[in-house]
Amino acid sequence: MSSQPHYTAYHPKWYRRPVSVWWWLERWPYTKFVLRELTSLPVGYFALLTLWQVRALVEGEAAYQRFLARLESPAFLMLNIICFGGIMFHALTWFHLTPKAMVVRISGKRLPDAFIIFLNYVGWIGLSAGIVLIWMRG
Amino acid sequence: MLKSLTPLLWFLFSAGGTVAALLFPIHFLVTGIAVPLGWLEAPSYQSVLDLAGHPLTRLYLFVLICLPLFHAAHRFRYTLYDGLKIKHLTLLIVTVCYGTALVGTMAAAYFLLSLL
Repeated sequence: MSSQPHYTAYHPKWYRRPVSVWWWLERWPYTKFVLRELTSLPVGYFALLTLWQVRALVEGEAAYQRFLARLESPAFLMLNIICFGGIMFHALTWFHLTPKAMVVRISGKRLPDAFIIFLNYVGWIGLSAGIVLIWMRG
Repeated sequence: MLKSLTPLLWFLFSAGGTVAALLFPIHFLVTGIAVPLGWLEAPSYQSVLDLAGHPLTRLYLFVLICLPLFHAAHRFRYTLYDGLKIKHLTLLIVTVCYGTALVGTMAAAYFLLSLL
């Protein structure tokens, strides 16, 4: 009697704890991580808003004034205030992550993380001031 | 093909993230909040047009729009993977995320060139 090895469709499955879609609400560091990742939405939104502004600029003065008027509506103001929070969260977390993503060595010595973070803030404040100056001058 | 594009996508992610971190807060504060609330007066249409007429301004605006778009697309793609656990929909997610960024980039180029 020759018996062929008999295979079944049932393969033993290792036990895996099922993970809920809401795993990131279980602990604050996880929540912070997901909130940081979700800043992609306000960032994308503001890039598209800028694109919309450029389009209005191309279409002429009436379209540009309509664009400005639309941003004054309560719905846009609310959305923009919330999204501004998201953009700030992105900026601050980004400044604090750069020394982890990019290690800078000067003559073999690693620049301290705090120094790179400090440079980020200096650059940020400087650029912001420059943009406001250009904007005010028109 | 996605695999060979990965280094480029990560480069766009970090370049766009840096642009968004350094420049978006002030632009958003001025355009989205300060001007609509009347804290700052919006410059006249003509002066904005003059400013945007300069090639450097247009290059600046192009960078300001397209790099953060790719940053957001890349980050949102991985948020969908981790947050909703839908990695099996890769092709759809990748097409929608980078497709939006690509269309936005082309639109930005088109509008900025027609400002000439």
